[in-house]
Amino acid sequence: MISLTSPVETWAHRWPAGAKLAGLCVATMVLFAADGLIFHAATLFGCIALYALPGHVFLLAGLRRLFVLWPFLAVIFVWHVVTGTAIEGAVIAMRLITAVGLANLVTMTTKLSDMIDVVKWLATPLRAFGLNTRALELSIALVIRFTPALAEKGGQLTQSWRARSAKRAKWQIVMPFTVLAIDDAEHVAEALKARGGL
Amino acid sequence: MERNVAMIALFAALIAALGLIPKITLAFGVPVTAQSLGVMLCGTVLGARRGALAVLLFLVLVALGLPLLSGGRGGLGLFTSPSAGFLFGFPVAAFVTGLIVEKWRNGPLTIVAGVASVIGGIVVLYIFGIVGMAVTLGKTIPEATALTTAFIPGDLLKAAIAGMVTSALAKARPQSVLSRA
Repeated sequence: MISLTSPVETWAHRWPAGAKLAGLCVATMVLFAADGLIFHAATLFGCIALYALPGHVFLLAGLRRLFVLWPFLAVIFVWHVVTGTAIEGAVIAMRLITAVGLANLVTMTTKLSDMIDVVKWLATPLRAFGLNTRALELSIALVIRFTPALAEKGGQLTQSWRARSAKRAKWQIVMPFTVLAIDDAEHVAEALKARGGL
Repeated sequence: MERNVAMIALFAALIAALGLIPKITLAFGVPVTAQSLGVMLCGTVLGARRGALAVLLFLVLVALGLPLLSGGRGGLGLFTSPSAGFLFGFPVAAFVTGLIVEKWRNGPLTIVAGVASVIGGIVVLYIFGIVGMAVTLGKTIPEATALTTAFIPGDLLKAAIAGMVTSALAKARPQSVLSRA
């Protein structure tokens, strides 16, 4: 399964995932608490500098993932130009890009296995409240395994539809699609029980 | 136990898969993702607790960096973006939807599941979504509400589909509609 971790190896790849996540939490809280125009311009510049450090391949990949924000930035631009509050708009826009940019940075520099370890560590105290952490780990693996499998079955359903109809498949295939997921789930449950259960 | 884990995991995968099949366009060609339909179905089929857990599991995987949201999006950045409120609202939406289907037993399932999807998957979800947008975009609540209303017609359609699919499932796999088991 493809994850969003960057194949460009950076120094941050070797940092502990927990520390990066804690740092991200603090940084996001500071970003949303602060209001100054210069502060936000500086943090945005710093954020882009962090993207630029590992080279242009990493920078371009990062910027491409920030591109999805453009509809929101367009709304902010129009809104604040119309209401005559351009400086406020600039602060909001820069804060938005920095907040999303920093979070994407953590995702891009942390391996999926390291992230799963953090989830495991965070979930451990919940054992006292009856959470079965083995079930949690197993279900993470099941979702990763079954998402492409289900997507393929969905693709087959749309193809079967197109083989029989001049129109394109619409919502009608959601029902057989869900039945396929339910049947898979029942089979998985039986297989788990047959192998000793959880 | 095994059955609950398998159902929760497979429905989390179902939400992801609904975003991966680009060919599903809802009626009138509304370009809305089918993923919030997945959230509604988690509630109407699995019930309150299991439905919320399935959605939560899906979100954990998105946060871990898997590109499971429609358009191949994923990662922590989504949780600070303007649509973050909708993501945080997803599990609550599934929970409320499921709770209504579990408690309201004396009506036709199509109507019950449809109404539950409107209340959980639209009213409750939009409360979270609008607050999230207000915070990230620095707008007041009425202003943020105005920005989100464009998506409501598509979501009403999805709620209707969720109602029909749920009642069809109750006929095809009566044992598996856990919200009514």
